[in-house]
Amino acid sequence: MSNPVFERIQQDISENDVVLYMKGSPMFPQCGFSAAVVQVLTDAGVKFKGIDVLMDPSLRDGIKQFTNWPTIPQLYVKGEFIGGCDIVREMAASGELKSLLAEKGVQAA
Amino acid sequence: MRVADTMKKKLTEALAPVRLDIIDESHHHAGHGGAHPDGESHFRIEIVSNAFAGKNRVARQRLVYDILAEELRARVHALSLATLTPEEEQ
Repeated sequence: MSNPVFERIQQDISENDVVLYMKGSPMFPQCGFSAAVVQVLTDAGVKFKGIDVLMDPSLRDGIKQFTNWPTIPQLYVKGEFIGGCDIVREMAASGELKSLLAEKGVQAA
Repeated sequence: MRVADTMKKKLTEALAPVRLDIIDESHHHAGHGGAHPDGESHFRIEIVSNAFAGKNRVARQRLVYDILAEELRARVHALSLATLTPEEEQ
């Protein structure tokens, strides 16, 4: 991979168990969909790294290409793309998110 | 053609849905970033189709995103999706 943005994304999702690409920061989300996922992860007691794509236009476009997914937020767990807001909310409601995190060995309260 | 009608046509042709609801939620977002002055920027789409059988959530949404790629690029700022098979909706 010679694309520096892709390399950075690959590094972030390898080095952190749970990464959320979002608009705004976990403390101050700038979009309702990003805020909803932050809420789900917080409720689940999951520690995650929030990466604000609004700080970097190349990342904002790059993450969409990297994942082949046109929208933000995007959640990665242990390097695997899990989904955006709809999917994360559905998985939290059905209990799948909890089992996924347990399966992947991610600590949740 | 209105964006909602274009999306309805494309989804109907591609997925032969048993149920398709396209809900324009743009009025909730008027004046906010990504909102278009004429509306039709924020949608929720619920699709029940056999085309989703055997596909996980990510694959289902990617399928819909591919069908609506043009609209997502040009006009639609936010799209919330529910993608079910007829069995799952029971």
